[in-house]
Amino acid sequence: MTGFRPTILAFCCNWCSYAGADLAGVNRLQMPTNVNVVRVMCSASVKPEYVIKALSQGIDGVLVLGCHIGDCHYMTGNHRTAKRIPLTAKVLETVGIDSRRVKLDWVSAAEGDKFQQVITDFVEVVTGLGPNPLREVRF
Amino acid sequence: MTVRIGVFICHCGHNIASTVDVEDVVEYAKGLPGVVYSGHNLYSCSQEGLTAIKESIKDNELDRVVVAACTPRTHEPVFRRACEQAGINKYLFEFVNIREHCSWIHTKEKEEATKKAKKLVAMGVAKAALLEPQEEGESDVVPKAVVIGAGLSGLSAAAALLNQGIETHLVEKEATVGGILRDIAVIGPDDVDAQELIRSLTETVEKSPKAHLHLSSRVTELKGFIGNFELTIEGEGKEETVQAGAVIVATGGVEHRPEGEYGFGELKGVITQLEFEKILGSGGLGARRIVIINCVGSRQPGREYCSRVCCNASLKNAVRVLDANPDAAVTIVHRDIMSCGTAAEELYREASDRGVRFVRYGLDQRPEVSTDGEQLVVEVFDETLDEKIELESDLIVLATPIVSPDDSSDTGKLLKVPRDKHGFFLEAHVKLRPVEFATDGVFVCGSARWPVSARECIWQGQAAAAKASIPISEGKVVIEAITAEVDPEKCAACGNCVLACPYDAIEIIDTESGRAAKVNEAQCKGCGTCVAACHNDAIQQKGFSSRQLGAMIDALIRATTEVAR
Ligand SMILES: Cc1cc2nc3c(=O)[nH]c(=O)nc-3n(C[C@H](O)[C@H](O)[C@H](O)COP(=O)(O)OP(=O)(O)OC[C@H]3O[C@@H](n4cnc5c(N)ncnc54)[C@H](O)[C@@H]3O)c2cc1C
Ligand code: SF4
Ligand code: SF4
Ligand code: FES
Repeated sequence: MTGFRPTILAFCCNWCSYAGADLAGVNRLQMPTNVNVVRVMCSASVKPEYVIKALSQGIDGVLVLGCHIGDCHYMTGNHRTAKRIPLTAKVLETVGIDSRRVKLDWVSAAEGDKFQQVITDFVEVVTGLGPNPLREVRF
Repeated sequence: MTVRIGVFICHCGHNIASTVDVEDVVEYAKGLPGVVYSGHNLYSCSQEGLTAIKESIKDNELDRVVVAACTPRTHEPVFRRACEQAGINKYLFEFVNIREHCSWIHTKEKEEATKKAKKLVAMGVAKAALLEPQEEGESDVVPKAVVIGAGLSGLSAAAALLNQGIETHLVEKEATVGGILRDIAVIGPDDVDAQELIRSLTETVEKSPKAHLHLSSRVTELKGFIGNFELTIEGEGKEETVQAGAVIVATGGVEHRPEGEYGFGELKGVITQLEFEKILGSGGLGARRIVIINCVGSRQPGREYCSRVCCNASLKNAVRVLDANPDAAVTIVHRDIMSCGTAAEELYREASDRGVRFVRYGLDQRPEVSTDGEQLVVEVFDETLDEKIELESDLIVLATPIVSPDDSSDTGKLLKVPRDKHGFFLEAHVKLRPVEFATDGVFVCGSARWPVSARECIWQGQAAAAKASIPISEGKVVIEAITAEVDPEKCAACGNCVLACPYDAIEIIDTESGRAAKVNEAQCKGCGTCVAACHNDAIQQKGFSSRQLGAMIDALIRATTEVAR
């Protein structure tokens, strides 16, 4: 698996995790280059379809990051995220995609260091899993 | 529909360009679908950069603009305005973050960072191609403000708001107002009576019929948005919910207590500057030989910053000692004297002229405090004399920095605002948006954001009040056009979205195409929760539609293959 660099998509909510990612930048916290962030207003707006689409087309891993439970800018939005994303991972597992390729976590606007940690850990996990088996079908 | 997309990659001086090969990204973007122009700017947000973008919009007849630069959280409004000025609807602008999310976090991986920047630009361009012009709505603003912290900054902010006739809640966790100034008699360098200053500000607050002073209280919950915040204030045995259009954070700082350093906490006669202020204020100074050690716990690894107020406080107090007792011997042991500004520099000169002794030390040879049981001695290597000297002293004053209070992380979490590594609050942008947080309607002032002088506390308190009063006096805030919209043709009227919406903004109504969901725009906050709840893809959030996000995913896959070649 030497040289394998996974391509990862991350959905970050505008209010907490995107701001946390910005803070990581401001503090110059270094991390792997594999993760590409898409800004959404709330983690609850991430359709399971996006996760499924990304993975079925060959993206190696998908991260969904939101505010901590209780901190969602839209009150209870992320309560739904907390149910939807793990369920999506489970469904994907049944079609042969390792559920570790989908990760949900919470990063606040003040947690630049946690953002760095989550990114670093996830890249390591996905690198270990190797290329998305569906990559061959698409790429 | 054919689109004409313009892509502008920003160098941000060296911030981006020293890591990302900007010209390479520009060339790559030229080949992306829909792109008719691709160029770069040294500083896109400068007047020059914005003019270049506007001219390019006209010259190239662009109808979509992508800027790859810093973060939309601070700079989106700047570029949206430029688009509007050049005649394009501002919602036809897309921001790509290649600084915070790329160059700054991959400083040592130039090649990979450049590849990543290409992918991010490709994703932005793909989304931009599908953007649509939007119109904005408006919502009412609750004409009230909440100020958290009643030190000099918070009091100044509250007084400024009240003077404008704005109903203001001032929340202070202690039983009295004043903050750090509770313990200070005279404010240097121009000798202002601190207690009189606090008294007169407090009077303004107490006399105003529109003020609500909550002592021994805390804000325990914050919900809502600019114009419509809802806060829970707990304290004095009661709990109250208040509405506000804006919130100002003025939670200040506390003096660092250097336990164990220079005998502090162990030797009698070793005190902090704030304790010294108290003694001077009470007129009870007995000591004759006084040594003030500066930079105790600051400007060193772990706490690198200069607290800015300590040098001036040391100078002020040295002179006050001599005022009270001309026979006193005062030595200031310092690393550098930071006495910026005319008045402070004069104070420095006055102190030297009146015989205050200045001894400079270095970090590698810090002073040492010892005692023979009776007599305190400071031993210090004088850098100027190039020799070790001993200073017998009756009192040793440690000038320590202002640090962020222990509970500021709770405040940060509560208000969802960021702090730096030392715990001080971070504004949206130090230069472009002082005293504002990135979260609209939340502001910061005083030593909560950085140790500042009393004068700066007043400036910043008033500045925060002025900014907070903008939405309040306008009475309306613009609702960003990111609300949800239903396609009745696709809607099955299942009601999933109705249940999902945290704001009860959706109802099922009769439409021309039968029963279908409808979003009440004024109530919709644009979270998109409903979008992900719909099984028919019938509800879309403006600016974040499933087609747009889907196109970004496709673009990432395509770009990954392209840049790997
Ligand atoms: C020893 C010393 C000497 C100084 N001398 C001078 C001088 O000579 N000249 C000069 O210009 N400046 C001087 N300064 C600096 C100046 O005093 C401070 O910068 C200024 O007082 C800070 O005011 P503030 O309102 O920002 O913060 P603070 O004074 O710290 O006030 C913050 C207030 O907020 C309250 N609070 C905190 N958290 C919460 C919460 N979560 N909820 C509710 N309330 C909260 C606190 O209890 C406090 O009352 C000195 C500072 C020190 C330490
Ligand atoms: S976007 Fe959010 S607030 Fe608006 S209707 Fe949908 S769920 Fe409700
Ligand atoms: S969830 Fe979708 S299909 Fe169901 S009512 Fe809402 S918009 Fe219509
Ligand atoms: S806004 Fe961050 S998860 Fe909802």
